Amino acid sequence: MRYLLRRTFHAVFLLFGVSLLTFLFSSLTPGNYFDEMRLNPQIAPETVAALRAQYQLDRPLPVRYVHWLNAVAHGELGFSFAYNSPVGPLLWVRARNTLLLTVTATLLAWMLALPLGVWSASRLGRAPDRVLSGATATLLVIPDLVLALGLLIFAVRTGWFPTGGLVSVGFESFSPLHKLRDLALHMTLPVITLVLSALPTLVRHVRASVAEVLEAPFLKAALGHGLPHRKLLYSYALRAAANPLISLFGFSIGTLLSGSLLIEVVMSWPGLGPLLLEAILARDLYVVVGAVLLSMLFLVAGNLVADALLYWADPRIRTTASAK
Amino acid sequence: MQPLLRVENLVKHYAAGRSAGSGEKLAALDGVSLSIPPQGTLALVGESGSGKSTLALCIACLEHPSSGSIWFEGVDVAALDENKRRNVRPQIQLVFQDPASSLNPRWTALEIVSEPFSVQRRFTNQERAEKSYALLERVGLPRKMAHRRATELSGGQKQRLAIARTLALEPKLIILDEALSALDCSVQAQISNLLLELQASLGLTYLFITHDFAMAAHLADQIAVMDRGRIVESGPTNEILSSPNHEATRSLIAATPPYTETSGMRVNL
Repeated sequence: MRYLLRRTFHAVFLLFGVSLLTFLFSSLTPGNYFDEMRLNPQIAPETVAALRAQYQLDRPLPVRYVHWLNAVAHGELGFSFAYNSPVGPLLWVRARNTLLLTVTATLLAWMLALPLGVWSASRLGRAPDRVLSGATATLLVIPDLVLALGLLIFAVRTGWFPTGGLVSVGFESFSPLHKLRDLALHMTLPVITLVLSALPTLVRHVRASVAEVLEAPFLKAALGHGLPHRKLLYSYALRAAANPLISLFGFSIGTLLSGSLLIEVVMSWPGLGPLLLEAILARDLYVVVGAVLLSMLFLVAGNLVADALLYWADPRIRTTASAK
Repeated sequence: MQPLLRVENLVKHYAAGRSAGSGEKLAALDGVSLSIPPQGTLALVGESGSGKSTLALCIACLEHPSSGSIWFEGVDVAALDENKRRNVRPQIQLVFQDPASSLNPRWTALEIVSEPFSVQRRFTNQERAEKSYALLERVGLPRKMAHRRATELSGGQKQRLAIARTLALEPKLIILDEALSALDCSVQAQISNLLLELQASLGLTYLFITHDFAMAAHLADQIAVMDRGRIVESGPTNEILSSPNHEATRSLIAATPPYTETSGMRVNL
């Protein structure tokens, strides 16, 4: 248990550090939300100064940070200048949409990568393995953006999939089944893009890890005890190869999340991505900090899940961790 | 007496070069023939790379030979399909050179010894545990070791554990592929004595693969010398030792230290 506690403590510490850095960097960038107002001759400088004072932008940085931390402790993430509303509710809706994409894509990518990688490793160097390796190498060199644009062109030409948004107009009046179908159709393109962008890395890692343990004499010994080949691959070998793959799982959540932010912008998915981009361009400070912090929270949570899985999967980690 | 194992003209090619099917073949085994009577021990001696381990994997039904036959108890196991080979495998067990990598590092000694039972779905959990404890005791591992992980055991203890695991399925033939080579001299002597004792009490047949002539002489009544995928010389142990004919045999004998007092194996070469 101490292993997991220590990991959680690290995670909280990390989140704290990230919030400080994000706050610092976005405050150090020249200009703020009210600078454009100052250029407008119809608005009196006194009004701008009053607004600045109202949002405490005239206070020194440490004071603002402590003030913000205090607000976070009370469950508030600050105030958006552009939306003229608290950041919290604004972020939650967007975060839910981003999570919908990321979680679906992560699960799908792993569900495909595990059997493909094991299958490839068991046929190492033979024709099917070489075809698959060629395919993953090709996918690897295609940038996410090109993938997304290609799929968008495909959607426009065929008209099979909507080219943006979360749901169709009139979603509220649909029957539950129709709602589900509509949402699934809208999710298809972004999810496919994300899965295709993550898949080559995952397949290659699964293939390499499994191929490595397949050489291990203890697996040969198990085969010698009469273990069926299929069970050797999917049970024994996969479990023996699990450690690097579980760490990769945590990492893959991070890549899929940052990939998602970009894909959301390109495919107009109302997630954190477009919100963050607009907020950065408008210097909407608290939205930027909130969105970055929230993404970081997902990433850290994903890695904590990976740590917990590792703890559960490998008795050696349990014993060394409890011995300390 | 009918031999337990008779290998006839066994050939194993590996594709040479990067791509398979390029036509170039490398012969790891080039027409190997040998036989072992029930409860006998044949030592297969050769340099590393002479094809000994490939032969071991073929006999254990873990590799498919390119041609030739392997008669085990009157059945040509090389000609069987995968399903039938799977049923033969438990009867021919392998002990590997490196005890560390032949034991699953995540498991305890008890889990490792009872693994063959669970693969074969034999016995209830209760019976498996009892039999596993008995096996550990049989190879001289004290009961308190049962719950240690393989990584926490010494080299000699690991090899004892590996031997206990091979005994679980009551095999007829045990292939010891350089099983003593990674161990210290004194531990080698202990394990080889354990092997002799097990053979006497359980009626086991050994194929003992080594590059060490002194070890071969200690354990085996027959010796076959292997060089570049072929058996170049074979016969009773003392004959081979007293009058080696082939150059490979002579160089292997010359490479063996005359005798080691500590190991308890005195061989006059």
